Amino acid sequence: MNIQSAFADALLAPEAVCPTGLLAWNGSDPGRRFAVYRNNVMVSLIDALADSYPVTQELVGEEFFAAMARLFVQAQPPRSPVLALYGEGFADFIEAFPPAVGLPYLADVARLEMRRVQAWHAADAEPLTEQELARLLADASLPLARFGLQPSLGVLRSRHAVVSLWAAHQADDVAAALAQIAVDQAEAALVLRVGLEVDITRIGEGAAAFVGGLQQGLAFGAAAGQALAVEPEFDLAATLGMLIRGGGLCSASIPGDMNS
Amino acid sequence: MNTAHAPVLTGIARSLPAAGGIGLKPEHFREILDTQPELGFFEVHAENYMVAGGPFHHYLTRIRERYALSIHGVGLSIGGASPLDEEHLDRLAALLDRYQPESFSEHLAWSSHGGAFLNDLLPLPYHAATLDRVCAHIDRVQERLQRRMLLENPASYVEFAASTMAETEFIAEVVRRTGCGLLLDVNNVYVACVNHHRDPRAYIGALPLPAVGQIHLAGFASDVDAAGAPLLIDSHGAPVAQAVWDLYEFALEGLGPTPTLIERDNDIPALPVLLAEAYQAQRIMRKRVAATDEVCA
Repeated sequence: MNIQSAFADALLAPEAVCPTGLLAWNGSDPGRRFAVYRNNVMVSLIDALADSYPVTQELVGEEFFAAMARLFVQAQPPRSPVLALYGEGFADFIEAFPPAVGLPYLADVARLEMRRVQAWHAADAEPLTEQELARLLADASLPLARFGLQPSLGVLRSRHAVVSLWAAHQADDVAAALAQIAVDQAEAALVLRVGLEVDITRIGEGAAAFVGGLQQGLAFGAAAGQALAVEPEFDLAATLGMLIRGGGLCSASIPGDMNS
Repeated sequence: MNTAHAPVLTGIARSLPAAGGIGLKPEHFREILDTQPELGFFEVHAENYMVAGGPFHHYLTRIRERYALSIHGVGLSIGGASPLDEEHLDRLAALLDRYQPESFSEHLAWSSHGGAFLNDLLPLPYHAATLDRVCAHIDRVQERLQRRMLLENPASYVEFAASTMAETEFIAEVVRRTGCGLLLDVNNVYVACVNHHRDPRAYIGALPLPAVGQIHLAGFASDVDAAGAPLLIDSHGAPVAQAVWDLYEFALEGLGPTPTLIERDNDIPALPVLLAEAYQAQRIMRKRVAATDEVCA
């Protein structure tokens, strides 16, 4: 049915065009009526992006955000009717968007916000119990253990102060909070859903390497070694404590251990 | 009318109570569980719950334990020229299996084309070829989901030179061929009839009313077309208009008490505001029942 192709193309076209074959009862120009559909499509998808990227929107203002989001929607419309994770390519788009070049941290803030959305909707999993953890931590083979992590858990490393920027936008006085930030300070984030809320925590380079290593399936000892290599002051106990408190560890296997 | 909470679910075939319901919004999750308001049912958009886990499933699971549920799809593109998205049907089947809703409904519209999802309910021309395709799609949906679906009449802003049938004629034929039910969106009837200069009561009278399993009521926004004629927009962002309440009362004359949803997707008000609209629908239903009883007495 060609009419649907023409309709769909005109909905996403940058300029207002009206497909042929449309009628209005009073013989008026159907372009004005067709514009309702164009507006519905664009506004709803820009709103969907604004819902997922509220801090990105605050950083550039509503008008700039809407213009940027409109171009993204035209270039990369959703491929699925499930919109919860629509816009996973938005950060890459921002990175290559010339008008945003003056905000080099913007793309990483967007990446952090998408991690947050992903964590929000990620699968539920039971964390290891205190007894299971106590047994594992006392096991001489702990360095060989491989941990299964909470599906909501994500790590993001940036050359910019993305966690501080994000946190400042949660503050009551955003301007005052932003004034404290050196945006060129590299930061790493741990994103984890705890209960029904998503926590975003600033972590060190070593902690990011450690958690990233566990996520890639490295054994506990190897992940800790990787962390110490990037940050000699890496605090394994503190990082492990943070993961355990957040329920981030869900399973563990130790080679040759029949009880694991 | 019994508007008490849905009885304990037993897994046998059930239907929505002939009472008022509202769309379930995340803003209201906690308040609903805390206050457990009296309500006929809640409705959710299927696609919003096609996520792996987290708060949406947490709350819907708990709310569903206490209330009847309607699952309303907005992304199946039944009126689309492309084949149905089987992956999406699989997701729907899994969602219906998980929540066992009393009702499942979708739209006479399309929303996907060439792999892109356009996130709006788009209109189609009404002729023999589109009729065959819509019927084939509904047959497939009902076969895959192993249940009867309700099809919602659309709000639209344009008509097609290619159409050879009236919308009501098209819908009646779809119902006859597929055995699907109807979700009568009274606001859509009003919006479409104003936009296309038709009589909304005649429109309702031309539908196969015994197939109606649910009613939707919503608010619209007002604009004008290029000639200055009224152009109503199905915004779901305002209270139900008086003209739509009146048309609802007219529809109930032909239908009797029918599960009725207050749809609100934009500018979401406080929970009690939506509940008040659902209760107003119930009062109108009761009034009609009383009037019918008097006539019969």
